[in-house]
Amino acid sequence: MNDPMNDPMDGPMNDPTNNRMNDPMNDPTNRYRSPVTDTWPVGPVPAMRPTQRDQREGQVLVATVRRRGRVRRKGRVASAVLAAALGASLAGCSSTGGLRAEQERAAQTAGGKAAVNTPRWTFAMVTHSGDGDTFWDIVQKGAQQAAVKDNIKFLYGHDEEAQRQSQLVQSYIDQKVDGLIVTLAKPSAMKDVVEKAEKAGIPVITVNSGAAESKAFGALSHIGQDETVAGEAVGDELNKRGRKKALCVLHEQGNVGHEQRCDGAKKTFKGTMEKLYVEGTNMPDVQSSIESKLQADDSIDSVVTLGAPFAATAVKAREQAGSKAEIDTFDLNAQVANGLKDGSLGFAVDQQPYLQGYEAIDLLWLYKYNSDVLGGGKPVLTGPQVITKKDAAALQELTKRGTR
Amino acid sequence: MSTTVKASIRDERLLHRSLVRRLMGRPELGSVVGAVAVFLFFALTAEPFLRASSLSTVLYASSTIGIMAVPVALLMIGGEFDLSAGVMVVSSALISSMFSYQMTANTWVGVGVSLLVTLAIGVFNGVLLTRTKLPSFIITLGTFFMLTGLNLGFTKLISGTVSTKSIADMEGFESARALFASHLTIGEVDVQVTIIWWIVLVAVATWILLRTRVGNWIFAVGGNADAARAVGVPVTKTKIGLYMGVAFAAWVSGQHLLFSYDAIQSGDGVGNEFLYIIAAAVGGCLMTGGFGSAIGAAVGAFIFGMTSKGIVYAQWNPDWYKFFLGAMLLLATLLNAWVRKRAEDKS
Repeated sequence: MNDPMNDPMDGPMNDPTNNRMNDPMNDPTNRYRSPVTDTWPVGPVPAMRPTQRDQREGQVLVATVRRRGRVRRKGRVASAVLAAALGASLAGCSSTGGLRAEQERAAQTAGGKAAVNTPRWTFAMVTHSGDGDTFWDIVQKGAQQAAVKDNIKFLYGHDEEAQRQSQLVQSYIDQKVDGLIVTLAKPSAMKDVVEKAEKAGIPVITVNSGAAESKAFGALSHIGQDETVAGEAVGDELNKRGRKKALCVLHEQGNVGHEQRCDGAKKTFKGTMEKLYVEGTNMPDVQSSIESKLQADDSIDSVVTLGAPFAATAVKAREQAGSKAEIDTFDLNAQVANGLKDGSLGFAVDQQPYLQGYEAIDLLWLYKYNSDVLGGGKPVLTGPQVITKKDAAALQELTKRGTR
Repeated sequence: MSTTVKASIRDERLLHRSLVRRLMGRPELGSVVGAVAVFLFFALTAEPFLRASSLSTVLYASSTIGIMAVPVALLMIGGEFDLSAGVMVVSSALISSMFSYQMTANTWVGVGVSLLVTLAIGVFNGVLLTRTKLPSFIITLGTFFMLTGLNLGFTKLISGTVSTKSIADMEGFESARALFASHLTIGEVDVQVTIIWWIVLVAVATWILLRTRVGNWIFAVGGNADAARAVGVPVTKTKIGLYMGVAFAAWVSGQHLLFSYDAIQSGDGVGNEFLYIIAAAVGGCLMTGGFGSAIGAAVGAFIFGMTSKGIVYAQWNPDWYKFFLGAMLLLATLLNAWVRKRAEDKS
């Protein structure tokens, strides 16, 4: 993320478990599943040695066979290797995971039919996300699902640079879309275009970041998580678990949202809490930093990471350091859900990105259809939701589907 | 045939060439053809593209790149690169904003200080380059990283956060905004002032290149610096001047950023230097120096603006955005190269 400061959320984590392929909207066909698997020869074909026919021919056509034989032999070797590879890949079928499991999950997602007969409005969403970001992928999925239900044409654009993000918003205004959803990660840069949208009669809803500015800029509602409130929830949960000394791991220096999370936790936590700054783009550094901190101070009984991908790293660091500290984290992904289930993680605090996308579209539709506005001028909070071991099993499937 | 026979006796430089021939030899011709192609393409595929308000958005997007592409093109004609150009824009905005705020000075004072400091960065680049004789790629890569670090370091040190505080309520803000970030409304269409800055810079740069001695020097140092020095061209001064030109445009862009958003993110600007180089290269500037034009760079920036916004107007899936962008730029440049080759064959 180029702009650590104003991205209070966890967009920046490029989670390796990101599953764009999971998208329920473009249901992949089953073409990778061959129905004729049984008819393939399994194992290497013994084609390396010349056959009897070859030898007979070889005696008759002495002159030509040398050249032809070599060519043939090459071809045989190649086909043998190919057959062996095919055989191996078929014999080595995985009964778990992979595309097949994904397709089965996709079949379970909600269907795609409009549930209303309002005109087909066009709503556009412009975020400050970088390319290929798990968090925003989930937001987008929520928005797409709501768009299908509400008979909305959904457009999405994103740029991490403030100037270009505002230009994107401008180009959607030029297209005269019927509603706009924007993130105010860099409020001053977005002020002008948000006001322009209102002047053009386009209702605006802000999501994720910009709770403080949303109302002043004239947006209908703001949907997101209050970082301080989320931090306070962590502090409460730590108290409930009887923790005495916690470590708050910040993976982006100078990110205001991250500071708010740690400060919020510190506020409600009755024990002592220390901050640890690590370099989030460098995982080995994250691990070694946490590890050395745990080694240096064995009274630390809990570690709070601010993003889902860092929880697994903290678990590794704990093992290396031989510490007994509990690892807790903000945000959710498939790995975290697994960790909660197997007990390597204590709890997670989620801000429900799916809800941010889904609600934004739904609220715009409600406004267009019925002039309804939610929130009463206050931000509509999508988090924090505290997730523990008992919720983990249900969420495991949902994180794999890519909607949590 | 008779004319050629006659001409061969006379000095070939005095040879009269038809208007078409002369046009074909211009470096920007290929990019103009590319721009027309891109324009027609989006006019046909993206329905909102032809609206006046959309065109003004496209022009604005083009101008924010174009202002920087002009001096970067001159620099490339002079045979050098500047990788620090992108962050220099943000540095310039940060200096101006923080100086005004911390000194509680009239914003114009900050703007002036920023101009001096930014020009000094340009001089630093130029002097270091001419003194050390290292490739400009290395020198400006160094300044690029240093400026990126300074931007963040100083902003956090002085403001306590990674963005500057708003200077919108300070004296002189409104008049400075009028100069750098206002927009005129013509009919229903907003025309951003950066478009005017852009046109003026292109005109001045074209005049310098084609009508002045300095212009000849720029072509000469880019073509062959040693030969240029041998015939008395002040190579060192020319190159330092070119870097100062980049710094000046960075100052203009930086002030635009500041006065349109009144607070600046210290991490912005990284990567933009390539957009400027792309615009210049698409516009017909050779990567090896000695050939190119300011108008070409402007057309290159326009192609970039049209492509980046056209994709949005065409409502294509943004996941593929960068691919389309790259493909369009490649096609525009290929067309450019093809047209130029044909033109050279004919003349």
